[in-house]
Amino acid sequence: MTRDAAAASAAAVAEAFRAEWGAVLATVIRVTGDWDLAEECAQDAYARALERWPVDGVPDRPGAWLTTVARNRALDVLRRSGTEARKLREVATGASDESRAGPMPVDEPEERAGDDRLRLIFTCCHPALSLEARVALTLRTLAGLTTAEIARAFLVSEATMAKRLVRAKHKIQHAGIPYRVPPPELLAERTGGVLAVLYLLFNEGYAAARGDDLLRADLCGEAVRLAEALAAVLPEEVEVAGLVALLHLHHARRDGRVDERGDLVTLDAQDRKRWDRSEIDRALAVLDRALLAGGAGPYVLQAQVAACHARAADASDTDWPAIVRLYGQLAALQPSPVVELNRAVAIAMAEGAGAGLAAVDGLPQGALAGYHLLHATRADLLRRLGCRSEAAASYARALELVTSEPERRFLERRLEEVADPTR
Amino acid sequence: MRYLMLVCVEEGVELTPEQAAEMGPATDAWVREMDGRGVRVRGDRLRPASDATTVRLRDQELLVVDGPFAETKEQIAGFDLLECSDLDEAIEVASRHPVARIGALEIRPLFDQ
Repeated sequence: MTRDAAAASAAAVAEAFRAEWGAVLATVIRVTGDWDLAEECAQDAYARALERWPVDGVPDRPGAWLTTVARNRALDVLRRSGTEARKLREVATGASDESRAGPMPVDEPEERAGDDRLRLIFTCCHPALSLEARVALTLRTLAGLTTAEIARAFLVSEATMAKRLVRAKHKIQHAGIPYRVPPPELLAERTGGVLAVLYLLFNEGYAAARGDDLLRADLCGEAVRLAEALAAVLPEEVEVAGLVALLHLHHARRDGRVDERGDLVTLDAQDRKRWDRSEIDRALAVLDRALLAGGAGPYVLQAQVAACHARAADASDTDWPAIVRLYGQLAALQPSPVVELNRAVAIAMAEGAGAGLAAVDGLPQGALAGYHLLHATRADLLRRLGCRSEAAASYARALELVTSEPERRFLERRLEEVADPTR
Repeated sequence: MRYLMLVCVEEGVELTPEQAAEMGPATDAWVREMDGRGVRVRGDRLRPASDATTVRLRDQELLVVDGPFAETKEQIAGFDLLECSDLDEAIEVASRHPVARIGALEIRPLFDQ
């Protein structure tokens, strides 16, 4: 075997891991009904691929090869431990109609893999699991991140994360959470739950920004990939399309959001030439289709706001009145002080800092008192109105509450500016 | 799958006269419907927590205390043993219980399935 062939097959295994891990695992879970066993056997299958592919060549359909190896290994383990009949019976009573047929034929049809991925994501995002568990389980099973990686991304110890994952998997099995795509009457509600998990995943990565922790920033990429996978199997769901467009529009700005030192650059100061235009174009096409299909839900509305920014040559060229209107629609649909705050910022851009400050001060302060962006927004508007000492007080309050490192550095710079009489 | 559904309400919860009048018949209707569907194995209401007795044995000493074991605001007011195909069905059955609107329903899978 040449070194090139070895490198090529190692790359093929890595690519198959990125592209197929979730689907392989999803199918073995369906066949065995045992999450831990499925995970072990999926890992074994990738180890086998590393041994066999350099010798036998990369199979035509790597995903099907891996699934077959993993499933056969799982059935083997069950057979040897004498539990196969019991396990398979459990699956047959607990899961969807298809699984009642028992073990699958050896050659797994390709479209089944998509169905299984969908079953897996709906099960991982079941509302009977805690939100933390849903996020962790989604990253472990669908994105294939290790427990250590997820622990680092969420700033908890590996032991804590391992316990969280074990508890979630046990609850799925013991509480009888069905391994299926929800029936039509539950689909919209449960799809909303899945979208919330993906959105949270993206925001975790986005808030971290670059230079803080690359792994956290990569959560954005995972969220985008999972949202696209969901859109591929649920093409009719306009809110799924809305989320795909929204995440792409934000993700496309990633190179403009931070400067060389890893410091945060606000939207108005970003070099828009650094935005990923091809990603924006794809996102706008997805959004247009969702709008044509009658989409008007929260993700579609947020994507429309992001699209206003993406289409503008610079901050002053932005259609701020449209953004004010979109945030108004969003607030009517999903009343939230954070949405109202965003609307106030847009009012400031459309009608001036004075109008914006009036809108901010008109918000119910209680719910937002501990939110650093309320104080940062007030501070910024006061700064623009020339009220330096009041601005400084609001920056100081925002600094007490902020947790992200790049955001903290940004606020410190602004505080220095307003406190310095020579500037 | 078998689930024990605990029907929990805050004792002395203030109900509007309409809610209070509706609770009994609505619960009866729920029982009839779930018995008819075959998802309710059995169930009952419980006397109030003030009639509860809590028993512990510590170092061979029997400790008998008046009242429920947990002094929480919400107390178990009744229970139903459910036979459902999965948690989604149990959630659907619980969501239709009239107490879902004024209290909470806890669904616990039985250990030995």
